[in-house]
Amino acid sequence: MAQTRPQPTDQDISEALGDRVRRATAEGSLLRIAGGDTKAFYGRPVDGETLSTREHRGITYYDPVELIVSVRSGTPLAELEATLAGNGQMLGCEPPHFGANATVGGMVATGLSGPRRPWAGSVRDFVLGTRVINHEGYQQRFGGEVMKNVAGYDLSRLMVGAQGTLGLITEVSLKVLPRPGASHSLRLEIPLADAQAKLAEWGRQPLPITAAAWHAGALHLRLEGGPSSVAATRERLGGDELDAGFWTALREQTLDFFSRDDARPLWRLSLPHNTPSLALSGVEEADLLHDWAGTQRWLRSDLAADTIREACARAGGHATCLGSREGPGQPDPFMPLEPVVAKYHRNLKAQLDPKGIFNPGRLYAEL
Amino acid sequence: MNILYDERLDGELPATDKADVLADLQQAAPGLTLLYREEDLRPFECDGLAAYRVLPMLVALPETLEQVETLMKRCRALGVPVVTRGAGTGLSGGALPLEKGVLLVMSRFDRILDVDPDARIARLQPGVRNLAISEAAAPYGLYYAPDPSSQIACSIGGNVAENAGGVHCLKYGLTVHNVMKVEVITIEGERMTLGSEALDAQGLDLLALFNGSEGMLGVVTEITVKLLPKPETAKVLMASFDDVEKAGRAVGDIIAAGIIPGGLEMMDKLAIRAAEDFVKAGYPVEAEAILLCELDGVEADVDDDCATVRKVLEKAGATGIQQARDEAERATFWAGRKNAFPAVGRMSPDYYCMDGTIPRRELPRVLKGIADFSEEYGLRVANVFHAGDGNMHPLILFDANRPGELEQAEELGGKILELCVEVGGSITGEHGVGREKINQMCAQFNPGELTTFHAVKAAFDPDRLLNPGKNIPTLARCAEFGAMHVHNNELPHPELPRF
Ligand SMILES: Cc1cc2nc3c(=O)[nH]c(=O)nc-3n(C[C@H](O)[C@H](O)[C@H](O)COP(=O)(O)OP(=O)(O)OC[C@H]3O[C@@H](n4cnc5c(N)ncnc54)[C@H](O)[C@@H]3O)c2cc1C
Ligand SMILES: Cc1cc2nc3c(=O)[nH]c(=O)nc-3n(C[C@H](O)[C@H](O)[C@H](O)COP(=O)(O)OP(=O)(O)OC[C@H]3O[C@@H](n4cnc5c(N)ncnc54)[C@H](O)[C@@H]3O)c2cc1C
Repeated sequence: MAQTRPQPTDQDISEALGDRVRRATAEGSLLRIAGGDTKAFYGRPVDGETLSTREHRGITYYDPVELIVSVRSGTPLAELEATLAGNGQMLGCEPPHFGANATVGGMVATGLSGPRRPWAGSVRDFVLGTRVINHEGYQQRFGGEVMKNVAGYDLSRLMVGAQGTLGLITEVSLKVLPRPGASHSLRLEIPLADAQAKLAEWGRQPLPITAAAWHAGALHLRLEGGPSSVAATRERLGGDELDAGFWTALREQTLDFFSRDDARPLWRLSLPHNTPSLALSGVEEADLLHDWAGTQRWLRSDLAADTIREACARAGGHATCLGSREGPGQPDPFMPLEPVVAKYHRNLKAQLDPKGIFNPGRLYAEL
Repeated sequence: MNILYDERLDGELPATDKADVLADLQQAAPGLTLLYREEDLRPFECDGLAAYRVLPMLVALPETLEQVETLMKRCRALGVPVVTRGAGTGLSGGALPLEKGVLLVMSRFDRILDVDPDARIARLQPGVRNLAISEAAAPYGLYYAPDPSSQIACSIGGNVAENAGGVHCLKYGLTVHNVMKVEVITIEGERMTLGSEALDAQGLDLLALFNGSEGMLGVVTEITVKLLPKPETAKVLMASFDDVEKAGRAVGDIIAAGIIPGGLEMMDKLAIRAAEDFVKAGYPVEAEAILLCELDGVEADVDDDCATVRKVLEKAGATGIQQARDEAERATFWAGRKNAFPAVGRMSPDYYCMDGTIPRRELPRVLKGIADFSEEYGLRVANVFHAGDGNMHPLILFDANRPGELEQAEELGGKILELCVEVGGSITGEHGVGREKINQMCAQFNPGELTTFHAVKAAFDPDRLLNPGKNIPTLARCAEFGAMHVHNNELPHPELPRF
């Protein structure tokens, strides 16, 4: 019961992609896997011949009643989202695009999620299955078009955020969600400390919050759910109405805070719920944007990487450097792993990509 | 069909002397409780898949992480396989012991280490019972969402190892969606942390990989789970149908209406009668099928949704719709479903529980297929179904005392699973592969995919000492028992290692 009409651009080039991988393995050459190349900034630069997935596109299965869509990795994210929207559905993880060419493969490989993440789940949470071309050029299938599947190891979710270092993702099956019946965004002018206290309190209550960001003296909230509960919560919380475009600008990093005019590197701090403000010397309130109810904080700072990372690690989190217009900011954007964990990363890479052909060094120099 | 470990097919296991291993472990870990007498080992000879029993060489019941570390290091040095066990409620033989192995029982690690209501997380030892988590969180208005029917007994460590589900997964996810962090001890005796109290961690998502890995990659020694605020209200509707297919279609209609119920369960006539006999849940015994649809959330929304669902059900041809009047009746409605397995157990000396998943739209075809198999084998099958997420639990009724009937039941079960794969589903939705479904794995995955699984295993446990023989079949096993194609009586790919 396919609910989508095939597009003229739909095309299965998995054979050709497999051949290309097989050749790389045979020659010992390296591959830089690229979708829309919109997220190249997120990770270490990769030295290798570009292997583009963009011709491998199209929705292969979509049945809104099953809440499942399968889509080839080169399909534009915008095309997928438009199809879902046409059926009153959406991707629950609200992924950032960072450009019109963003592909589904790039979303899965980077695993980046948007403002709804703490309430709805991350990209990885919505992945049900994948097809992956392995180092020998064979397309393999893990997981599938069912909601629950525990046969074999969960390689599908392992691929999310692996940044293409373990194989070439050719297709993904995703759980999708109905769009909420009602949505209302609001802005409350309250100091950061009050916002933090409020968010902890509301977090323990069944409120229909699906986004919460504090910046520049105000808490921005989105309420989504049934019309009755959204209306009731809106009444209870008050505040000024906020244009929903705020969330797109936040997700796509087009708010002034993310301006490329700022020469200081941009950091992403990932922290547990209810983490108080980190005591980072010289960091002003305006240098921070608190998203995800404070569990994802964006920081503009020239502080030494170790200073920022240690502060996050002490709080139980980690920090990633996204650089600035001046350059990547850090040779290693991702925080080093604990030695034992790093060892098993290397073991896994050696097993799944023994010749190191897939996106070498993208995540860590040794992967 | 015998599923016990077969060294010819599953790989050779090192032969060690029991007395030597015992002496070595006693010396290396002085305080460690080790059981070695037959009568002490007996209670551990099987898990919830009780048709299969093996006495382990030894049982270890550690109480400290240091003991676990030492045990792993010594077992690795001696080449002794380690099978980890939680509460032993698994239904796929995941914790089935090995004659040549040590059974590592984690049940003494049963402390709730911390409940943090503001961060909405709980830190747990692996032996904590699933239900105990929600009980500990209740004073703060919080709960732990995954609720397997075995929740009064099963352990959170076992839940992680199986990626357990429950009746609320469609809306709230499986174990993998609700675990934030685990502490692990590897076969080399190293400690590592996977995941984070933050919403994501650095590097590869090894936490996702460990969920559902059936004790094959490491021993989970601590788990941090996410707690959710209790919904303001939960209401349950029970709809009866005179036709199973109509009930199946109604499930799709509810979701098409844009509603994700907290729980959406279906039972067929045999299961309804069994449950009604057992718990007097008020089920309509004359119905061919019932649907239980729970709607939860904010009061006003739930009322709206109840009205919508009621209309959908009426339109779908429900012959009766009843909404639980109060919390007590809601609990009664659920009690029937949650006790469906033991209820069916009362109707027959033995039953065999299957766990296939299918795309929901294939439900009519699969139910028809099951009915045909049931007739063919002359064994009754009761159907209990996590309808919202396509996870079926056909329960095959049989009598193990009748010669050949267990084998018949297993064969019937195998056919059901192959049918699930054929319609695009999976051989297991939540109970795991373990030893039970090891041969059906050959139908779901091709040799290349199985080789990739073995590669993942080799990254963590190259000597195959952690729970060997479970979860992923060797290619040799598939060649012999599975659905792998064999041409001209030749094994495909003689060049591939046979593990
Ligand atoms: C009546 C009944 C109803 C059930 N209902 C459901 C249900 O609704 N949903 C569902 O998902 N399951 C259900 N189950 C199956 C079972 O309860 C689950 O699989 C549960 O997660 C097993 O937990 P356990 O502690 O008993 O694990 P065990 O059976 O002891 O072990 C299961 C597996 O986990 C591994 N393991 C255990 N502890 C650890 C550890 N600390 N580290 C590493 N590996 C470990 C074992 O090696 C084994 O492979 C049901 C079982 C019964 C008997
Ligand atoms: C090391 C290795 C890794 C593999 N990895 C994958 C993988 O990841 N994914 C995948 O889909 N397939 C993989 N294959 C191929 C796979 O085993 C099957 O051949 C393929 O999946 C077709 O399955 P089938 O059962 O339909 O084919 P079959 O019906 O078994 O075979 C089709 C025909 O191809 C021939 N044939 C099959 N395989 C080979 C071979 N390797 N060399 C020469 N002739 C052959 C057979 O003899 C037969 O004539 C791998 C093979 C090898 C040797």
